[in-house]
Amino acid sequence: MSDISFTLNGRPVSYGGSATDRLLDVLRDTFDCKSVKCGCKEGECGACSVLMDGKLINSCCVAMGATQGSDIVTLEGFRTTERYKVLDKVFAQFSAVQCGFCTPGMVMAAESVLAQNPHPTEDEVREGMSGNLCRCTGYNAIVNAVLAAAKEGNGLW
Amino acid sequence: MHNISRSVTKKDHEPKMSGRSVYVGDVDMHGCLFGKLLRSKYARAKVLGVRLPELPEGYTYVDRTDVPGDNNVNIVMDDTPVFARETVEYVGEPIGMVCGPDEGVCQDIVDRIEVDYEELEPMLDLRKADEVFFNYEYGKGDLDAAFAGADKVYDEEFQTGYQEQAYLETQGMMAVPEEGGRMFVHGSMQCAYYVHGAVMRVLNCGPADVHIHQDVTGGGFGGKEAFPSILACQVAVAAHKCQKPVRVVFSRREDLEFTSKRHPSLCHYKAAVKDGKVTAMDIDVKFNGGAYTTLSAVVLQRGIICANGVYNVPNLHVHGRALKTNTTPTGAYRGFGAPQTYFAVEMLMDHIARDLGVDSIEFKRQNLVKKGDATSTSGLYHFDVPLPEMLAEVDQASDLLRKHKEYSKPQTGRFRRGIGFSWHFHGAGFTGSGERDMIKAVARLHKYKDGTVEVLASNGEIGQGLRTTFPKIVAHELNLPLEKVFYDHPDTSRVPDSGPTVASRSLMVVGELLRRAAIKLRNEWEDGKDQIVEERFKEPDFMIPFYLDKFQGDAYPDYAWGAQAIEVEVDTLTGQAKILGAYASFDVGTPIDYNIVMGQMEGGFLQGIGYASIEHMNYDDKGRIRNNTFSDYLIPTTVDVPNLNVQLHVREFPDGPYGAKGAGEVPLVGAPGAYVEAIEQALGGKVSLEHAPFTAEDTIKALAEEDA
Repeated sequence: MSDISFTLNGRPVSYGGSATDRLLDVLRDTFDCKSVKCGCKEGECGACSVLMDGKLINSCCVAMGATQGSDIVTLEGFRTTERYKVLDKVFAQFSAVQCGFCTPGMVMAAESVLAQNPHPTEDEVREGMSGNLCRCTGYNAIVNAVLAAAKEGNGLW
Repeated sequence: MHNISRSVTKKDHEPKMSGRSVYVGDVDMHGCLFGKLLRSKYARAKVLGVRLPELPEGYTYVDRTDVPGDNNVNIVMDDTPVFARETVEYVGEPIGMVCGPDEGVCQDIVDRIEVDYEELEPMLDLRKADEVFFNYEYGKGDLDAAFAGADKVYDEEFQTGYQEQAYLETQGMMAVPEEGGRMFVHGSMQCAYYVHGAVMRVLNCGPADVHIHQDVTGGGFGGKEAFPSILACQVAVAAHKCQKPVRVVFSRREDLEFTSKRHPSLCHYKAAVKDGKVTAMDIDVKFNGGAYTTLSAVVLQRGIICANGVYNVPNLHVHGRALKTNTTPTGAYRGFGAPQTYFAVEMLMDHIARDLGVDSIEFKRQNLVKKGDATSTSGLYHFDVPLPEMLAEVDQASDLLRKHKEYSKPQTGRFRRGIGFSWHFHGAGFTGSGERDMIKAVARLHKYKDGTVEVLASNGEIGQGLRTTFPKIVAHELNLPLEKVFYDHPDTSRVPDSGPTVASRSLMVVGELLRRAAIKLRNEWEDGKDQIVEERFKEPDFMIPFYLDKFQGDAYPDYAWGAQAIEVEVDTLTGQAKILGAYASFDVGTPIDYNIVMGQMEGGFLQGIGYASIEHMNYDDKGRIRNNTFSDYLIPTTVDVPNLNVQLHVREFPDGPYGAKGAGEVPLVGAPGAYVEAIEQALGGKVSLEHAPFTAEDTIKALAEEDA
């Protein structure tokens, strides 16, 4: 059986393990993308959110076989972008990071929301981030930060 | 606003934001072993034997026979075993651990181990439970006379369920044998010195032979107060036997099912009312402690001290018991026993008011304590009680008083509205003389030759912002830029014991020690010199000494206060309640960082709303917790609430740094009373609701009863 080839954070990579392995485990253990967190391994918490062909997915629910030919972006890749800089600034301004465990997934979800809808309403932000659990913040700071990013990053998304 | 309240970029923002922070699950595991626990299948059974499959090379089985010291975990008492004794006392109790280089292989071995049990009858019913872990009783006044002279007597029972902390990072701990025989334990925790004491005892060694480091910790909320001591002992014993590093990180299912959570409660209240005032309460509180005592003693103490709420009840009798059942041991969770009794007393006050035909908010206001009144334990409210002003603030934000009257009129149609209100205090710091007699906090500042200053304390950053707020206090007193002062995660080999990260105490108690230490350092400062200053806890002079045997005196020096209103719209067809608005005013004294405090308030408030509404967890007739995934145990998401409307009311505490009080817990405590009252109002006020969480299913049941 041939290796599974995909793009990870802009670079072509291949994986020689089983097609039934979880993308989450492979990202963390094989490719050392430790920003991708495991909060439940059942697709409920969103801590392992990454972008697959531009769409936000729970990497715990994706089998490696499904990644053949795809474009995967984790926070390790996204944090080098201009869009990340804007999110970084507003998350800091609103103190939207507490324990930090949900944060990488939240950042990827924020990117996904804004990429699809550069000027979302509060309800649209809440809907778009509803797959990502946070137990610390009560969500106000995160939602407000994403709304501020939409303003500050005008034109980037 | 005080200068120090201005928000800054949090010191740990960058590494957490960029995903570079290393949690215990992110540690490089080359050359290390994974551990998987073998757990009891029964709620109560004798373990007759454990039959292992043939273990592949490099795999080891560890159990109680491998414990070099005492097979008991030191918490408050020491009845919790590291690994099960002759009997197992709850489903999931760890019997042993399989360690090896591949996590999957470890799990496979665990699955193939055969355990011979002799099943015993478990105790699963809190009402029938007869093994009393802790039994406290106190009172004041003349109860009999008050009931004899009452216009009316009320008698009601209230129940609350489990609540799981549901920190996003599950429990995880790693033990690393170091050269020279020292054991290094690090992981996700709130209280490095609790873990230190526990591991010393289990390894039978001195304080210098063990050191504990808190890794970046993905949330705690009380769940990482005592439980990490148990897991740390287990990995330390395993690492001692294998002489290799061993790490255990729980799966979410393990964490939801087998780690400590909030005590389910059963509270029976009798109240006497005369001339529109509550003259007496006779209160019986039962907490389900689970199979071992862990923190039940102190959780129960806090719960019964506030059992009469924020009301001046001159004649009072409170009896509290923590009882053993063959279930997962319950423990610390933000609020620590108080949410259960506040829920009961707030609902009781609502129901009395309704019976008297008066507005419940007005009735509560008439019975409210004020400065100079006696507390439940015959201490004093030494400072202003700001609740009337806070009610006005909540009213201003929510139009509470008007809506509360309007929604109490009969409603028709599919969608009906309600708004509920509750208020409460949360005593800051350890209960009674705990800070003075048990904790005896010590904190230090280390000034280096280059003029940077390190905070040396044992309190852990768990998301609440201590790595930022501690340095802010020190930088403020020393007139240094914030970059010059830093605070790392504690390692017991480097920092003094400033006490645990619990009881909303870190900022108020240890923050004040650091402020005083900074003043000392400022006075002694010499450029280019390495300097260390130290401060120790001193009890405020005004306190009336607290006697735990009598429950008399000042249980707390001061209180954080909360007033909240929750507005709902109930769909009478589906039972779903939509939260239209959640409003609160919280007084935690001076905020040491406005955003950080608001983050605590909003986060705690939403946890309280979850506890009140959707966070349902229970066990079946075999003692198995069935809500062990995030599909079955729901916590609030972004779409379950609109933006929370929270404001800060500042009434300073003179002995806290710049007037700061305990903040961590107060925002959670009052939500159930407000939420359930709102549902009750929306349901037409004909049924008395007496339990939390109150879910959509409960609403459907209540509607069916109403129709019947």
